[in-house]
Amino acid sequence: MSEHIVPVRIYITIFLVLLTGTALTVLAAFYDFPWQFNTIVALTIATVKATFVVLYFMHVRYSSRLVWVVIASALFWMAILFALTFGDYNTRRLDHTRTSGVVILR
Amino acid sequence: MSSEATTAEVHGHRALQHHFANMEQQREAGTLGMWVFLVTELMFFGGMFLAYTLYRSMYPAAFASASNHLDIKLGTLNTVVLIMSSFTMAMAVYFTQMGRQRRQVICLVLTLLLGLTFLGVKGVEYYDKYEDRLIPGHLIPGRSFDPEVQKEGEPPDHHKLHLLPGATKDNVEMFYWIYFAMTGMHALHMIIGAGLLTFLLIFSLRGRFDPEYHSPVEVIGLYWHFVDIIWIFLFPLLYLLGRHFEHG
Repeated sequence: MSEHIVPVRIYITIFLVLLTGTALTVLAAFYDFPWQFNTIVALTIATVKATFVVLYFMHVRYSSRLVWVVIASALFWMAILFALTFGDYNTRRLDHTRTSGVVILR
Repeated sequence: MSSEATTAEVHGHRALQHHFANMEQQREAGTLGMWVFLVTELMFFGGMFLAYTLYRSMYPAAFASASNHLDIKLGTLNTVVLIMSSFTMAMAVYFTQMGRQRRQVICLVLTLLLGLTFLGVKGVEYYDKYEDRLIPGHLIPGRSFDPEVQKEGEPPDHHKLHLLPGATKDNVEMFYWIYFAMTGMHALHMIIGAGLLTFLLIFSLRGRFDPEYHSPVEVIGLYWHFVDIIWIFLFPLLYLLGRHFEHG
């Protein structure tokens, strides 16, 4: 059997890391960081947590290269979704003066 | 018959399908297939994350006001519950790999119970939103979106919507459309996951899985962890985005 079995001690470590990350992100949310750093801190912690889940709980660290390619392509297509959409929105003039919730594209 | 004996010798395991060379190839194909499915799931949720990002960038004050109305204690509780369920799911896979059937069943039961706890807490939160008339549009007949707004100088009331400068009720409604779409879709995935866990539990009790064959446990585990990951992002984006504007 060539399947890699992740030892229990690693599962427990990841579990504790995830709980710590949750505590950190809640504490950080009440602290007023300059500029957009509240969002950046929150998303960084979430990404770290997600990475640990993917690598260890989902065994990707020990999976075949093919699985890595599939995940990389998912992230690449997500990047396309966001980059092209916001490239479009950010190069149009948006009129936010109307607060009815209607955005006028010109 | 002699031909059947030969088949058993070559294939080895009762669960091996004839189109795979051996159990390892079958397992890897299953895992890869599940990952491809999870990619489509990520694209599906990606559209909603995009909508969230776009509307939040348009109405930052309204989104912060609306987010602050969510119950951060219940949100944190649910995050911890879901992380615990991911851990017990990972342990269920581990005990299956080790051939410890009793512990595998215990871990699956714990995962299922934690998943149902999450849904219960979510239900409490949804009911609070119903009470405060925060269900957007006319989704609830005769009880359209119409929260009470906290006015200057009034005693603080956590049932009322506290609008930050620049926020309007209309734009807060946009947040709640996105909130219910995203958490609702997430909850639907949890319900499906709970169904899949029940299926696993039944087959596990019948002793269907062993160290050689446990793809269903592994693959449903991947699904369960994926749903956990979606929540790992939903929690800070929906519950925590405006907390630093609350001073005292």
